[in-house]
This record gives sequence, C-alpha cells and structure tokens, in this order.
Amino acid sequence: MRRVLLFIPVLLAVTLGIVLFAGIGKDPNKLESALIGKPVPEFVLADLHNPEVQLGPEVFRGQVSLLNVWGTWCPACRDEHGDLVWLAEQQGIRIVGLNYKDERELALQWLDRLGDPYQVSLYDPRGELGFDLGVYGAPETYVIDPDGIVRYRHVGVVNEKVWREDLEPVVLKFREDS
Amino acid sequence: MYPELGQFALILALLLAVLLSVVPLVGAITGRDNLQAFARPLATGQFVFIALAFALLTQAFLVDDFSVAYVANNSNSLLPWYYKFSAVWGGHEGSLLLWILMLAGWTLAVAVFSRRLPTVMVSQVLSVLGMVSVGFLLFIVLTSNPFDRLLPNVPADGADLNPLLQDFGLIVHPPMLYMGYVGFSVAFAFAIAALINGRLDAAWARWSRPWTTVAWSFLSVGIALGSWWAYYELGWGGWWFWDPVENASLLPWLAGTALMHSLAVTEKRGVFKSWTVLLAIVTFALSLLGTFLVRSGVLTSVHAFASDPTRGAFLLGLLAFTIVSSLTLYAFRAPVVHARSSYGGLSREIFLLLNNVLLVAATLLVLVGTLYPLVLDYLDMGRLSIGEPFFNLTFSPLAVAVGLLLGAGIFSRWKKTDGGWLARQLLWPAATSLVITAAALSYYGSFTPWAFAGLLSATWVTVATLRDLWLKSSSKKGRWHGLRRQSRSYYGMVLGHLGLALTMAGATVVSNYGVERDVRMAPGDTAEIGELRFYFAEIGSRQGANFTATYGRFEISSDGEPIATLFPEKRQYVVQRNMMTEAGIDAGLFRDLFVALGEEVSGDAWAVRLQYKPLIRWLWLGALFMAAGGFLAIADRRYRIRDKVAVSEPAAPSASNPAATAGTREVLS
Repeated sequence: MRRVLLFIPVLLAVTLGIVLFAGIGKDPNKLESALIGKPVPEFVLADLHNPEVQLGPEVFRGQVSLLNVWGTWCPACRDEHGDLVWLAEQQGIRIVGLNYKDERELALQWLDRLGDPYQVSLYDPRGELGFDLGVYGAPETYVIDPDGIVRYRHVGVVNEKVWREDLEPVVLKFREDS
Repeated sequence: MYPELGQFALILALLLAVLLSVVPLVGAITGRDNLQAFARPLATGQFVFIALAFALLTQAFLVDDFSVAYVANNSNSLLPWYYKFSAVWGGHEGSLLLWILMLAGWTLAVAVFSRRLPTVMVSQVLSVLGMVSVGFLLFIVLTSNPFDRLLPNVPADGADLNPLLQDFGLIVHPPMLYMGYVGFSVAFAFAIAALINGRLDAAWARWSRPWTTVAWSFLSVGIALGSWWAYYELGWGGWWFWDPVENASLLPWLAGTALMHSLAVTEKRGVFKSWTVLLAIVTFALSLLGTFLVRSGVLTSVHAFASDPTRGAFLLGLLAFTIVSSLTLYAFRAPVVHARSSYGGLSREIFLLLNNVLLVAATLLVLVGTLYPLVLDYLDMGRLSIGEPFFNLTFSPLAVAVGLLLGAGIFSRWKKTDGGWLARQLLWPAATSLVITAAALSYYGSFTPWAFAGLLSATWVTVATLRDLWLKSSSKKGRWHGLRRQSRSYYGMVLGHLGLALTMAGATVVSNYGVERDVRMAPGDTAEIGELRFYFAEIGSRQGANFTATYGRFEISSDGEPIATLFPEKRQYVVQRNMMTEAGIDAGLFRDLFVALGEEVSGDAWAVRLQYKPLIRWLWLGALFMAAGGFLAIADRRYRIRDKVAVSEPAAPSASNPAATAGTREVLS
C-alpha cells in the first residue's frame, strides 16, 4: 500500500507538465481578453482627483481612448509613465487611467511628480473594475472605441515600439470608423 | 571558419555524451570493467569539446564576427571588451551553452574527485550526467545553435547587448546561478544511481553531501548577486520582486536547503532515505523547471526573453522525460520499510524533519504563486493577479518559523532529547534575543509585529548558534584549544546559520524601516529624510563608451556634516536607444543612501527618488556567509579520510553506525 503513495510525485509532475504544455506558445504579453468586442463592464468609480465625482462607462464615449491600468506599487508602471506622457502630450492620445489597488494620496503624488497623462482618472482601490476586466497584473492597456467597446488588450509596458506596432494601428482604425 | 569548428565541436561533444550515457551504464549492469573504464575519458572528452565550442563563441564575440547571428544580435563593436565577453551568455543560445559547459564541468569534477568511490557507482553517476547532457546538447544543436551564420548579408555592426545586462553584476550572476542549478545534477545523478542499483545507504548520502553543499553555495551567491544587481541596476531600489524568474532560482534553493539537511540525517542516522532521494530528484527537477520558465517565455518577467514555441516544447519534453522517468524509477525502487533506528519526540531527527516540512511548504508556496496564473489560465477560470502581497504574507511566517525552530534544533541531540534540559538550554538565548530585539526596535523607533517577529527570529538564531559554539568549545585546555577542536563542517554550519540570521535581519529591517521618498527637485533644491539632507547641486552630462548620460550631483549631509556626494545618471544607449537609470548609491554596512533620477518633469525640475535603506547590505552579506559556510563544510577532513574507508566499507558499514547497516538491508524489501 505504501508503494502506491510513492507514485504521487510522478502524478503531480505529469499534471504540472500538462498545464505547462498548454502555456507554451502563448505570448503572455498578448493575453486575449474575453472582453474583446464587448462593452467595458459597468462600473461606478470615484474620480481620482475628486472623490465626490462618480464616473461610469460613459467616460469612454465619443472618442477612441486608451485605458491604462496602473498603480504606484508597480515598478513597470513607472517605466512606461514617460511614454504615456509622451503619447498624451505629443501624440494627442486620450488616455483614461485606472488607478488599480492603490492609495489615493500616493497616486496623486505620483501624477504630480511625473506628470499626468490621463484625461480622466478612475480610482479603483479594491480592484473592482480591474476584476471585471480580468486584469492580469499592472500595467495593462486597453484600446476602447468611441462606443465603449473593448478592441485590444496589451499586457505589460507600453513604449514607443509597442505603440507603433500594436496600439497605434488599432487606434487609427477605430478613429477612422467613427 | 571558426564558428563552423565550434558547431562541429558541439556535435562531437553530443556524440561523446551519447556514448557516456550508454557505455559505462551497460558496463556497470553487466559487470564489464572494460566498458566502465570508458566513463572518465568520455567525461573528459565531452568537457574538452564543449569548452572548445565555448571558447570559439567567445572568440567570435571578441573579434566582432557579426556574420554569426548570435553575435550580431547581442554585441556591438562599441561594446567594451569585458561586456563582449559577458555577452557570450547575454542571450538564449549562449546562456544555454554556458549551462552545458557547467554541466560538463561538474561531470568532469565528479570524474576527477571520485577516485575513492566504487567503480560501479562512478560509472552510473557519470552515465546519468551524460544523459542530462545529451538532452541539453540536442536542444542546443537542434533548436538553439549559437553558431548560425548570417550569410551572405553580414550586418555592418551588431544590435548591441541589452543595456540592462551591461554591468558587472551580470558578468558574474549567470555563471554563479548556473553553477548552482547545474550542480544539483550531481546530487540527482547520485540519487538515480542509488535507485538503479538499490543501494540507498549512509555511504550514498555521504557521497552526495559535499556536491549538494557546493551547488547550494554557488546558488546562494548567484541569487544574492541577482538581488544586488536588481537593487542597483533596475533603478527602483527594490531587492526582490517575486518575479517568476527570481522565484525560479529560489525554488531549487529552498528544496536544496531541505536536501542538505535531510542528507545529514540520512548520513548520520540512516533514516528519511526515501524522502532524501525524492528531494534530490525534486531539487534538480526544480532547477530544470527554472530553466524552462526562463527559456520558454511562458511567464511574463523583467527578464524578457523571446517566446519561441519550438524551444518551449522541446525543453518541456526534455523536462518531462527527465522528471517523469526519474520519479517513476523512484516510485518503483524507493525503500518503503521503516528504518529500524528509532527517535523520540524531541530528537534532532524531528527538528530536521520539521525544518524539511517548512522548507518544502515554502517551496510549494512559491511554486504555486509562480505558476498560479498559468494554472488558472489553463482551467479557464479567469485571471487574478498574484504579487508581492501574497508572497510577503505567506512566505514571511514560514521564514520566521524556520528561524525559531533552528535555534531550538541546534541544541537537540540525535535519538532523544530531554525536554526539560532543552528548555533550560533555551532559556538564556530566549531572554537575550528578546532584549536585543527590543533594543533594536527602540533604536529604529517603532514597533510592528513583523519587524518584531523577523528580528526576534534572526537574533534567536544568532544567539543560539553562538551559545552552542561556546558550550561545545569549552575545554580544560582553554577556550582556544576548544575552538580549534571543532570540525570545519561544524564551523560551516555555524557560518551558514549566522548567514541566514544576517539575511533575515537585513530583510526585516529594510522592509520595515526603509524610507522611500519620491520628490520633485530642481538644481538648488533640498529634500530631507529624517536628519539627512539631500541637496541637488547641479545637473550635467557626460559621454560614455556607448551611451550618453545626464547626471545629477547630490550632496548629502546630516546635521550639517557632509556624508556623501552621489551622481545618479540617466543613460541613453546609442544603438538600442534605451534609457537606463543608474542610481547613485552611498553604501554602508548599516545603511545605504540611494538617489535615482527619474523623468524630467518640467523646465529643469526632475522626479527624484530618495531612499534610506538600513541594513540592506546584510541581505547579501548573509548569503556570502552561507556560501562560505558551505565551502568550509566540504573542506572538512572527514570527507578525505572517510572516503578512503568508503572503498572497502559500503558492503559493511562501520559498527558505530548501526542505522547504516540496517539501511543496506532494508533496501528493496
């Protein structure tokens, strides 16, 4: 009977192997979101700058926007921040910030110091919208079309290369359509 | 022509590895000495050809041979020569070649330092190492050839080495880490050989121990170097991010730590054999898993390597074959009968068993945390982010528990320890460490439960270790005589445990009492952390070998006394057009001062990150202590003396070690 127990490690290893095999070839930076082609989930979140103001999905209406998920706890967000400022200021891209699982005070200091690329800043301390979006880890950036439909999802840092190759084509496409 | 020679050398090495994995093993099974005699020459030949390939790749880097694709992708003519050298392992193909070179080196070391082992054992161990080598050589030759040419369109210059890797830490970090990873293959090979011939006994444990300890020491240094590098090079001042790749190196380290302790029990007392052999397999499996996670790109990480499905699938196949076959072998051949030697409730055996339980729990925890996103994705259960909070919350209690247990375990005896006696031994260390912890907390000025628990655990380990040394070294001929009488392996243990305490103290203090301020500063501004004044004196620029840099000059003073002048930089690398942050750090044994230049905010104002990092050096100092302890332990005389006995001993272990005798009998029952 005890001999049977010795087979447990090999069974565990095989199970793990199957899971790992499924993970091969999927670029973790290109996670398909289940939401692509669907509207941004309903939400009511406070404005980061102004706790009294409640915002909802209507912030995405009318213009193509990027939805950028960030937090001051996330080192990679700091890396991409300069590029976001560049996108907002030099390229005139509308970026909606989702401050994710963070503290308001810290987030405001960060924006004050590093510059604020966000036209609208949503404050999501408990990660509610983040959960509905299926956020995998910050930073993530979504392209949202003028009707509030999620069109693209990028996991990881946005830089000039990612912008040129992945995000800009999507943004241009939906900008033309509208 | 040289690159082709390199490729040819790799293929020859592959052929030799195939022979190595078959011929000596057949010889060992059929008992033909003439076949077994091939083991050492084949191991040597394999090493020679892999070393030749490695040398030829290095040469291609040093002479800027951009017709070689790997060189063109990872080097540049402007790169200083020492980075050209380290660029050899700056990418996928080269780091695999380094991996294999290490493996061949370990194999050669086993061949050279095993003169006193039974021939059958040596043949089997070398054959198993040969099999591992075949797998990885196939991988490199079939999917990741570093000698592929870019002909006829040879690029005029290379794409340059990733600037993150242009750093001293990265010259030494991968070789150290790989020495550790690959070193566990020796313990693995001994375990497999012992399973094959059914001799899991004290002698097997004794032979495995020094190899395991050396590999573990290298891995400790490798991990510490990685953490140090992340601290000063990534520019955020963090020292551990629970990044999948960091976790991949921590996993074999945790399992290897458990293995070292479990091997000690198996050697001394002949118990835990099935468990020890399983740990030896698992430790190496985790090393392979680490290689897979880093090289296949299934997880996102700061160590951004390209995902290549072919390579990932090949590596996984290799991993699966190695792990599944060895665990199956284990399932059929591991001994299941209870050892005859008994041990009581408070014995050293029990303390080491608990140590193993905690370390394995920590290993599982890190493994689950690392693979969780993959598993959820596979089960289609949506995605959750797992990050630092999860690891900090779950790992810290285990670390504290390991420390508390260690302090008590040091005084315990084999077989049976009297509870009252043990409590009396522990009374003073407990009181002393409480006082020291309270003093440290009041020095740093605030109480948090985690700071208290971490510091208490660290001082407890220190005090208990030193008290044990004090008691053991008492002698009628005076203290000095008593100290000299202790063995090197005992001092190795003392150093290792003190190292653990240092690392724990450093981690606790820097996490709880470190101060981090992000401020906006223009030249002429001053910012403060406590009594420290950071004066932003000027901003300037300078030209480096392959980058241009903007630097700030910061003058730091305390109560008007100047302490340090720091020059943090933002570097723009010419070829890859990357911006890199080089932090300015004033390092000290008790605190680091850290200034990093962020983005230019507006006009001449900059985002600046100022940090006060108490005891951060202790983190890495502790790892050096642990590694030094490991090396000291294997320098112990008993390995040389006992090994001589070992030639005649295996069949009939010495009478003073009845457990070992029992061990040889119960195998395969």
